[in-house]
Amino acid sequence: MAQRIDVKDLNIFYSDFLAVEDVSMAIEPKSVTAFIGPSGCGKSTFLRTLNRMHEVIPGARVEGTVAMEGVDLYGDDVDPVAVRRQVGMVFQRPNPFPTMSIEENVLAGVRLVNKKISKSDAADLVEESLRHANLWEEVKDRLAKPGSGLSGGQQQRLCIARAIAVRPQVLLMDEPCSALDPISTLAIEDLITELKQDYTICIVTHNMQQAARVSDRTGFFNIAGTGKPGKLIEMDDTGVMFSSPSEQATEDYISGRFG
Amino acid sequence: MTTTAQQDAPRVRTRRRRSSDRGVNRAFRITATGAGALILAVLAAVAIFLVIEAWPSISAGSETLAESISWFPEDANLLTFVGPLVFGTLLGSALAMLIAVPLAIGIALFISHYAPRRMAQALGYVIDLLAAIPSVVYGLWGAIVVTPVVQPVWEWLSSTLGWIPLFAGPAANPARVMLTVAVVLAVMILPIITAVSREVFLQTPRLHEEAALALGATRWEMIRTAVLPFARSGIISASMLGLGRALGETMAVLMILSPGAMYSFAVLQAGQQQTIAANIAAQYPEASGLGVSTLIATGLALFVITMAVNMAARAIVARRKDFSGAN
Repeated sequence: MAQRIDVKDLNIFYSDFLAVEDVSMAIEPKSVTAFIGPSGCGKSTFLRTLNRMHEVIPGARVEGTVAMEGVDLYGDDVDPVAVRRQVGMVFQRPNPFPTMSIEENVLAGVRLVNKKISKSDAADLVEESLRHANLWEEVKDRLAKPGSGLSGGQQQRLCIARAIAVRPQVLLMDEPCSALDPISTLAIEDLITELKQDYTICIVTHNMQQAARVSDRTGFFNIAGTGKPGKLIEMDDTGVMFSSPSEQATEDYISGRFG
Repeated sequence: MTTTAQQDAPRVRTRRRRSSDRGVNRAFRITATGAGALILAVLAAVAIFLVIEAWPSISAGSETLAESISWFPEDANLLTFVGPLVFGTLLGSALAMLIAVPLAIGIALFISHYAPRRMAQALGYVIDLLAAIPSVVYGLWGAIVVTPVVQPVWEWLSSTLGWIPLFAGPAANPARVMLTVAVVLAVMILPIITAVSREVFLQTPRLHEEAALALGATRWEMIRTAVLPFARSGIISASMLGLGRALGETMAVLMILSPGAMYSFAVLQAGQQQTIAANIAAQYPEASGLGVSTLIATGLALFVITMAVNMAARAIVARRKDFSGAN
């Protein structure tokens, strides 16, 4: 279920503007990798290249390779739609489909692939995904109600359930807790720790305590100035990054001297 | 004493600011309420006018009507006179909607989600221009250009699909028939439906579009899961605007259609149906007294139809309002 990702010499552009420069890294399977850094440093942009969501923006493109188990996601014969079915994503703001019920939301991705899923299979999958997202007990009596009626934290867990219902290899999370209260944040963090038994997880976060709590490895992105490209400054085990980083910039950022 | 003075000072200041706010608030509330009430008043005035003016015809017996109105059919009463007109109006508008709505949604989607930006702008401009063409020009265009062009097509339709009552032959030549009218009406209501739908499609939150794409949706699947459900009530509103125009369209129908007064589905044959609005325009110059009153009674019927259709559409939208995305 979980796969390794190797990024090599990745340059990320918005039209002619180089947004992120020369990123190389390895993302280990069944682990949590956190990306931290100041606003505008390109960590979210980088995350979105891992499931080819970056190119949804007109003019956006990349150079370099992102290989999942050796297969380049940016190869000529690779369909971005197929990539996104393998690499799920959870966004900064919870975005359940407002026109769908809780149940339909969970099944939204599945129905794209498997239109003829039987009623009992669908019900099983809904329960399994919602249990996995720690939401089942809270919503099991109102599966037919609109997803937009849930609280923010519940909506975000619904989005996680929707993402894992299609059984992706990798789960990307773009600041999943930034719009949530501390209790919902804790619930999501616990969930991340559980999910890493099955999935490769990458998380972008502004919250350094969160990175320290949930991740196994941490990458620090930084930007030299406005209009300059963001760069991966350093990447190491989370324990090392937060105790003895090898770059001065990392230490400055982590100790709160800037950003 | 000093403490009370200190406490009082800020309270007075807030109150003063609030009272000026309240003045603006009140002015705004009165203006908005007034505008809303004015619409209702106009609507009520129209309804009252129609009922009062139509009353002589409604209360008159069928013999009186037949005696005093030259064009009133014998052995008919007001209901049997209005019935076929209502039928013709609904038939023509329904056909026009059947043609225009899918086309308009397609064009709007193309502009909002498929076309390159420049082309989208040009297309949107052309569509808006179509809305500005007066209906008498559409009527001329329909009568002079469309009618001869579609005639062979209708001929073919009636010979191959003639077993369907709708396409029963023989197809009239010249094609001054309801289907030609429907085509022209469709072109006329296309711009308004397209323009409103396009605006609604563009309002789809980026967040929901990305949610669908990130689940591995193709562009069409993204449109189906995120855009269309979100735009549903907007599409219905747009269609209602278009339908309103189709129901009330006068000149184009008058200039194209060869009228009849039957409950007939044969939209390829001449002399079968007539619409309320075109009938009023055709008879009004010759009408006087009870004749005018009868025509106004048919107008009242059109008014009621339009209201009923709009209320039905509102009811459809309201039934799923929990899922509208507005909450």
